[in-house]
Amino acid sequence: MTAILATHNLDAGYGPTQVLSGLSLEVEEGGITALLGANGAGKTTTLRAICNMMTRSTGEVRFAGARIDGKATEDIVRLGIAHVPDGRGTFTGLTVEENLRLGAYTRRDRDGAAQDMARVLGYFPRLAERRRQQAGTLSGGEQQMLAIARALMLRPRLLLLDEPSFGLAPILVQEIFSILRAINRDERASMLLVEQNANMALQLADHAYLIETGRIVMHGSSAEIGNDESVRRSYLGY
Amino acid sequence: MDTFLHQVLSGLATGGIYASIALALVMIYQATHHMNFAQGELAMFSTYIAWTLIDAGMPYWLAFVATLILSFIAGVLIERIIVRPIENSPVLTVVTVFVGLLFILNSMAGFIYGYTIKSFPSPFPSDAWYGSSYMSPHEVGMIVVTLAMLALVYLFFRFTPLGLAMRAAAQNPISSRLVGIRVGWMLALGWGLAGTIGAVAGMMAAPIVYLDPTMMDGVLLYGFAAALLGGINNPWGAATGGFLVGVLENLAGAYVVGTEIKLSVALVIIVGVLLLRPSGLFGRALVTRV
Amino acid sequence: MTDNPTLRWAGLAVLAVGLVVLPFLLSSYHVFQATMVIDYAIVLLGLNILVGFNGQISLGHGAFYAIGAYTTAILVSQTDIPYWATIPIAGAVCLGAGYVFGLPALRLEGLYLALATFALAVATPQLLKYRLLEGWTGGVQGITLVKPDPPLHLPINADQWLYFLCLVIAVPLYVIGWNLLRARTGRALVAIRDHPTAAAAMGINTAFYKTSTFGISAMFTGIGGALGAIVTQYVAPDSFPIFLSLFFMVGIVVGGVASIAGAVFGAIFIEFVPNVASEISDAAPWAIYGVFLIGCMYVMPRGVAGLIRTLAERARQPQAETKQAKTLSPRGERAG
Repeated sequence: MTAILATHNLDAGYGPTQVLSGLSLEVEEGGITALLGANGAGKTTTLRAICNMMTRSTGEVRFAGARIDGKATEDIVRLGIAHVPDGRGTFTGLTVEENLRLGAYTRRDRDGAAQDMARVLGYFPRLAERRRQQAGTLSGGEQQMLAIARALMLRPRLLLLDEPSFGLAPILVQEIFSILRAINRDERASMLLVEQNANMALQLADHAYLIETGRIVMHGSSAEIGNDESVRRSYLGY
Repeated sequence: MDTFLHQVLSGLATGGIYASIALALVMIYQATHHMNFAQGELAMFSTYIAWTLIDAGMPYWLAFVATLILSFIAGVLIERIIVRPIENSPVLTVVTVFVGLLFILNSMAGFIYGYTIKSFPSPFPSDAWYGSSYMSPHEVGMIVVTLAMLALVYLFFRFTPLGLAMRAAAQNPISSRLVGIRVGWMLALGWGLAGTIGAVAGMMAAPIVYLDPTMMDGVLLYGFAAALLGGINNPWGAATGGFLVGVLENLAGAYVVGTEIKLSVALVIIVGVLLLRPSGLFGRALVTRV
Repeated sequence: MTDNPTLRWAGLAVLAVGLVVLPFLLSSYHVFQATMVIDYAIVLLGLNILVGFNGQISLGHGAFYAIGAYTTAILVSQTDIPYWATIPIAGAVCLGAGYVFGLPALRLEGLYLALATFALAVATPQLLKYRLLEGWTGGVQGITLVKPDPPLHLPINADQWLYFLCLVIAVPLYVIGWNLLRARTGRALVAIRDHPTAAAAMGINTAFYKTSTFGISAMFTGIGGALGAIVTQYVAPDSFPIFLSLFFMVGIVVGGVASIAGAVFGAIFIEFVPNVASEISDAAPWAIYGVFLIGCMYVMPRGVAGLIRTLAERARQPQAETKQAKTLSPRGERAG
């Protein structure tokens, strides 16, 4: 498999605390990979380290074969990696449309960006209805959609998603996840999906990694992980 | 009634200056949560630059534009060189650095130009058709220029991609980085813009208050009062606050406290707003999580 | 400082002897400068209690200094009260004024309090020149005082007497300050500074402490102002511009916030550095001062006292990690 993203021996931490130790994972090109783990295991830190948002991180990160560790976050974005952060990260003081326009900030092609706006709003009709509304007034689910939509405006090759199911009703999560599947299929955007909700994540993803206290402890296809006894007991609840 | 109208109109004219300073203050505050105590001195120094150019023979409007450009560059440089290293330091450290900047600018102006008052020309001739017994041509010009500038700034922020990026960077730096905005440069641009706005304020004020190193001290205070009154998180509220403060100052000076202690009006406004309605007239109340 | 009590007492004894002997070794003008250092040390201790330990930023303490100075000047010029008796009166007046200002200040935090106090400081000279108060304040011309003679025909000159007057007042004030900050009160103040909600939740009467701290801080500064009036024998509205308040604030930041020694270092700084700056550049001394100030904030943000503390710690534990690994910037990350 060709890996669109690969990390090798990633260490990262906050201040004196070490969070990740020797973390290595790969995201298959065109596929969806899930990163599962409990609270505090280091999932969000992993995504941040990939985008070089940590003040202290060492190790290799390769995107389409080329090293990106050490590059500024703003430059990593320009390579085609869109990060949907935990907590959505929407610009609450700006309108939905302004949020989307910002997603295309680094793009040079005006027409392409305009077309993409139409297409992206096609995935999320609810957002289309609320184009001129201030993002802060949207519901949690709508803000999550907006965050993903904004990321799509980049026409990313890789989408990093940090707990998109957080705080949302299951039916809404279903809706969003099926949209993600459509995006993966139609846009050919590879995805690294960080989730606490292992059940839903394993249904969406092809591959999964399990992280515990900053280390990968297991990986394989979603089916393998989903059938594993210990995983089922600890993370799937049965 | 005549005097009343005159006071109000004249207050609107000076209010334009306060509105400009208030806008500059709020722009920087929104992006950094720092209050630029040196904003007045920056504007004063810009005005001196303009004076130098005019004194050397440059026509007024050319000098005006040149000063705007130079002030912009100065603002960018100050942010990149002086402010950036202490961006995330505690409030007290930041305030101290601004105070240091204040000292430097004040002193350099005095050193280069001396402390004697200089006159600064007004581009609006004193016998212009738009003058009247209520407002001098310069006062009319002041209002027009400040309104035009405020309008341009508004259009910039509302309709240009760069303006949008600056707004985004001020509101949410992390998310801004994630869409590829270089937040550091947005801050520098903000400072540059604030420098330019301050320069306009200074050049409009100078014909009235005369040019000397302390000319902007009172104006800065009124700018603070205006920014607070209008809403420290709302640039347009702050600008509106400026006009309000200008009128209030004149009316209070004429009818209540006398012109000698007009500055205390600013003090009263500041303390009053902070106590009674900290988010200002147009601002949104901010709730902080414990 | 050091853990060894004997060493500490020895150090203090040396300091005490030095302070007593100093005025006899210096010229009149230098004695005056030393006296002003002591005066500023009192002011800065007051300010430091408020800003450093209690976290309330004041850019307006020049106003209290002015109130103290004018109280003394007015009483001396218009009544028969001896100059030394006006000092506690000035302190009491400022205690009240500070407490009163502390009440609305309760609702202001950090930057906003700085703004409000900045406004107070800018407005002060104008208020002092106010026509209606001219009868007392002497208007723009101000009030001149007579230099007091040393009492009891002591064998010292007037300058040395003023030095000892200030010293004799400074020492008990420092002892009071020291005790205040060591004890429960001090911990309460710091708790309020660092996390006011938690402090309140623990049962600390935040409002009482904050207003009282404002009052006490103003009292110290007012006493400094009173002494300043006596030492310089002149008060006028333009003696108390915004720059004075800024100097005080600068003094405690450079000296070291939340440090008693810092107040002394700061006093030395604001008395002498402007002169040094003048020597470097006769024409633009404040510019040099400003550059020095900014440089200080980059290099030693915790002030001289903080620097000494860091060096002392490093000397004691060379192998321990003295540099804290870079913590998160507010522009960046939360723990994930």
